[in-house]
Amino acid sequence: MEVSRIWSFRTSYLFIAPFLICFTLFIVIPIISAVGLSFTYYNGIERPRLIGWSNFQYLISQDLLFLKYAIPNTFKFAIIVGPGGYIAAFLLAWLISKLRGGLRKWVALAMYTPSLTIGIAMTIIWLPLLSGDRIGYLNSILLKIGFIDVPKLWVTSPDLLMNSMIAVTLWSSMGVGFLAMLAGILNIDTTLYEAGRIDGIRNSLQELWFLTIPSMKPQMLFGAVMAIVTTFKTGAIGVQLSGQNPTPSYAGHLIVNHIDDYGFIRFEMGYAAAISVFLLIVMYGANKLSWGLFGSKEE
Amino acid sequence: MKQSSLVARISFNTFMLALSVFMILPIIYIFNHAFKPYHELFVYPPTFFVKEPNVQNFVELFWVTANSIVPVTRYLFNSVVISGLSVVGVTIMSALCAYPLSKHPFPGKKFIFSAIILMLMFTPEIVQIPRYLVVSELGIMNTYWGHLLPILASPVAVFLLKQFIDQIPDSLIEASKIDGANEVVTFIRIVIPMCMPAIATVAILAFQNSWGNIETSTLFMQDDEMKNFPFFLSTLTNNLANNVARQGAAAVAALIMLIPNLIFFIILQSKVISTMAHSGIK
Repeated sequence: MEVSRIWSFRTSYLFIAPFLICFTLFIVIPIISAVGLSFTYYNGIERPRLIGWSNFQYLISQDLLFLKYAIPNTFKFAIIVGPGGYIAAFLLAWLISKLRGGLRKWVALAMYTPSLTIGIAMTIIWLPLLSGDRIGYLNSILLKIGFIDVPKLWVTSPDLLMNSMIAVTLWSSMGVGFLAMLAGILNIDTTLYEAGRIDGIRNSLQELWFLTIPSMKPQMLFGAVMAIVTTFKTGAIGVQLSGQNPTPSYAGHLIVNHIDDYGFIRFEMGYAAAISVFLLIVMYGANKLSWGLFGSKEE
Repeated sequence: MKQSSLVARISFNTFMLALSVFMILPIIYIFNHAFKPYHELFVYPPTFFVKEPNVQNFVELFWVTANSIVPVTRYLFNSVVISGLSVVGVTIMSALCAYPLSKHPFPGKKFIFSAIILMLMFTPEIVQIPRYLVVSELGIMNTYWGHLLPILASPVAVFLLKQFIDQIPDSLIEASKIDGANEVVTFIRIVIPMCMPAIATVAILAFQNSWGNIETSTLFMQDDEMKNFPFFLSTLTNNLANNVARQGAAAVAALIMLIPNLIFFIILQSKVISTMAHSGIK
């Protein structure tokens, strides 16, 4: 019975097969091995040695850098950048959809470009702009208009680094989630809005709340998940901005930096894998929330 | 009445344009920086716009590249081939996978979708070593397969396409089947055209990922002639970043990496964004 049911869906399986093969080989198997490593001591040279739960126990009870810096920093960073970037991306997509066709594509491109500079051009663009001496562009401008008296150490002072990281990340948060939501808004049938006007929708805010958002739930969900994933995975930014690893007084030390630290500097791969698993659980929890907001019942 | 709505439209457009200018400041900056002669790069007060544009930085980067043992064109060739294949491969594979995940009630569907979302969330750092072992076991080290296969499966792309296909009414797909179309025809005639915006976005994403990808060159390629262009540029700019005097050449390198992304975006996305105009799914 079950076999014949599976056989009746053979085309479906054929369709998903190419993806599933690559997915299993290059994503599932490596990740499951990484989860396995989290229960071992592994320095990248000797064979991994099984040590049970001790990595996790050490992580949540004794790792002071993790408990004192990585967790609070990540939390602060994520709580602002996650929802902030998400709302900014959605509102901008909505505003762009109100523009006329010819202008629309150029404005959309302009909003999208900062997300391209992450990674590729990070140091070349942002370091000179935020440089701590008076040659830095931001300092130079602020000094000129008399907003500050002495140059500020935007990226090397522990008090300011986190704010700079948040500002730069927000600036570049119009990524793939933004494109998906823009397409989602543009996809909505105009007759829906006409019907809404007859039913008593008065202004564009009501229209946004009662018509636009409910008709693009799939894209809203995608945007939310991507916002969570990119927020928690962004880690290099503090190191790149300050040019120091670890960041000054651990001010920009995020969970991802902690993984890098143990994985590639101290070569304690097993422990780094345990931190990755921890981060996965945190993200999973955040995702449950967005699924509750925008997911359909079956998922 | 009409006049006031005109004023509102003009001020709205002006606001959006001002915001756009603000957002592209980094790009304007890098363009200007690339054309600045030495004495302008470190002048005080710093200038945003270039005063005497010249191509000295380009010449400098050219001379640095001319000294490399493997010709630059070889790196470029590798990058173009891999990016092209990956855009086509990722788009087709992801769409093929997303369609049944969205519309067919086959056994195991929920499990597979949950697995895709879960894997999407795992941080990539620690996965490198096990992935290295897989690539080496498959015997695709130092081949184009080693560049291509590890980046073909994109959980983000499948998730995005599935969300768009969810919006296509089931009745439309059933109608197509009643008309005698099989799954393949339905997929090509109905599903693909109706989620073109998502297809374009996935293609952009795939291009960005493969064009800027340094990981496969670093880990899976031993021979220099198998490495790609961004890897080559990164070896140059890593040295340039420490060397203050070569900031201009580093800006040129960043510009070369950025521009294909912008062009690819304009080609694919602009058509979708400016012509779609509320005509899609009913």
